[in-house]
Amino acid sequence: MMGNIFQRAKALPLSGKLGLALVIFWLAVALFGPMLAPYPVGAFVAYDVFDGQSAKHWLGSDYLGRDVLSRLMSGARYTVGLAAAAALLASTSGTALALTAAVGGAKVDEPLSRFMDMLISIPSKIFSLVLVAAFGSSLGLLLLIAAFTYIPGNYRIARALAVNLAQMDYVQVAKARGERRFYIAIAEILPNMIHPLLADFGLRFVFIVLLLSGLSFLGLGVQPPDADLGSLVRENISGLGEGALAIIAPAVAIATLTVGVNLLIDAIGFSGKGKGQ
Amino acid sequence: MAGASSRSGMSAALTLIGKRFASSLLTLLLVSMTIFVIAQLLPGDAAQEALGQSATPEQVAALRHEMGLDRPAHVRYVSWLGGMLTGDPGQSMVANMPVGEVIEERLPNSLLLAALAAMVAIPVALSIGIGSAMNRGGRIDRALNVVTLAMVAVPEFLVATIAVLIFSVKLRWLPSIALASSDMEWGEYLRGVAMPVLTLCVIVIAQMARMTRAAVIDQMDRPYVEMAVLKGVAPVRVILRHIMPNAIAPIVNAMALSLSYLLGGAVIVETIFNYPGLASLMVNAVTSRDMPLLQACAMIFCAAYLILMLIADVTAILANPRLRAQ
Repeated sequence: MMGNIFQRAKALPLSGKLGLALVIFWLAVALFGPMLAPYPVGAFVAYDVFDGQSAKHWLGSDYLGRDVLSRLMSGARYTVGLAAAAALLASTSGTALALTAAVGGAKVDEPLSRFMDMLISIPSKIFSLVLVAAFGSSLGLLLLIAAFTYIPGNYRIARALAVNLAQMDYVQVAKARGERRFYIAIAEILPNMIHPLLADFGLRFVFIVLLLSGLSFLGLGVQPPDADLGSLVRENISGLGEGALAIIAPAVAIATLTVGVNLLIDAIGFSGKGKGQ
Repeated sequence: MAGASSRSGMSAALTLIGKRFASSLLTLLLVSMTIFVIAQLLPGDAAQEALGQSATPEQVAALRHEMGLDRPAHVRYVSWLGGMLTGDPGQSMVANMPVGEVIEERLPNSLLLAALAAMVAIPVALSIGIGSAMNRGGRIDRALNVVTLAMVAVPEFLVATIAVLIFSVKLRWLPSIALASSDMEWGEYLRGVAMPVLTLCVIVIAQMARMTRAAVIDQMDRPYVEMAVLKGVAPVRVILRHIMPNAIAPIVNAMALSLSYLLGGAVIVETIFNYPGLASLMVNAVTSRDMPLLQACAMIFCAAYLILMLIADVTAILANPRLRAQ
């Protein structure tokens, strides 16, 4: 099993290897970063604000003289953790609804699909802004808002896959055998759409990282004292004039994370057709 | 005979376009309901919130009456929708001005920004897309593929930050804040919006170039192109005379779809550069929880998105020869 994964990783094109390395790197930072961080997250450790890099502070200090590297490691955990949880929630709910539509017949499929089509025609950033204004932005709510914003996109792709599979002979045979709808959805249809769904999960993850860090950057996402990577860019915006590392480092961190996932999905090559949304 | 058949084909296409237009209107109506429910009904009592916990029930009831919150939900929805349609979407709670006036001031700025971004992005994206399709599988194509793939996933504020660092901090060419007012000279205005436009372009070009490439390549795989190549037509002529006429509609479709990325991008870009447009207005409305203003902005963005999707679909319908010549 391990050898197999190793073989496949070796067979990836260069861009895919780069993507894989970036993804593994950021997963490791999110998991172990806070343990390895050289200073406590909120501690004022440097004498100067917006210091450049030094042996003591690898990525300099921020607008209050805190260690940027330590804050980055903790911020990565928020960004990766929240986005992964939200993407997982969006994918499982979207796919569950899609399977329900595929085996439920037109009575279920029609209204559900119409509703999702309607939701999909609200641009995701605009939709999430309305949701944040209405409900607020605690960590739990942000997770739900991000997930809810991207359910329709996952539903559309999963439904297209599931409806196609439901027409296949082996599913018709299972129906003729008298299997229950739930069994058909879970045991016959789902296993055969797992690969494109994994690719879609990766895309959702990228969209959600960009959405959440965008919200945090606007001051509408993760609220202090918690800080994700987008919040780090926002709080250090006053250092832009001097080109401070404190603002460049977190912005580059987000970009390497999302670009890494995108390169990896593209290289593995089972990506679903529908991009956007 | 030919004239008659093309006329009936035309009317078939017109019927389809009419249906598509009606379904867009219906979607917009449903979207307005969704936004109304989320913004007005779910968050609880706006009057209670405005007055705080210490308010007496009488005070709350009086304010509810003043804000019209004591009317049934569907009545409030209909009066809001009627207001939106007649250009009077209510009173902004924070600016203490009619929402219509606030938006009237900001909307032209956003439209101008979007138009400038589209004017720069479309020719660049077209050249990149067609260029890499012609070079399919080659070194340039693969390099462009990786670059555009990466650019699609880069957050807007990183592009904006790098632009500010290069053009206003290091080179000192451009101001880092984009001011726009009616008494500005054109040259001055263009200098001010150069960086917001540049940032928006970077975001849109990558998406647009990828979709253009896909549209052209889709045509390149058709038998008529193989035929042209086999009979010895020069490659440039194949592209210009054989592929392009057929690829124009899918390309316009791709343009419309990727221009919708401008809507989301504008939210970040207008805010970071302090540009007085509709998107930054909407962000302010969220921060101050100014629901009437927020609803109106959200509806404008949704309508713009639906118009772009409609353009995309109508070009697809017009381009489909099976529909044209049924």
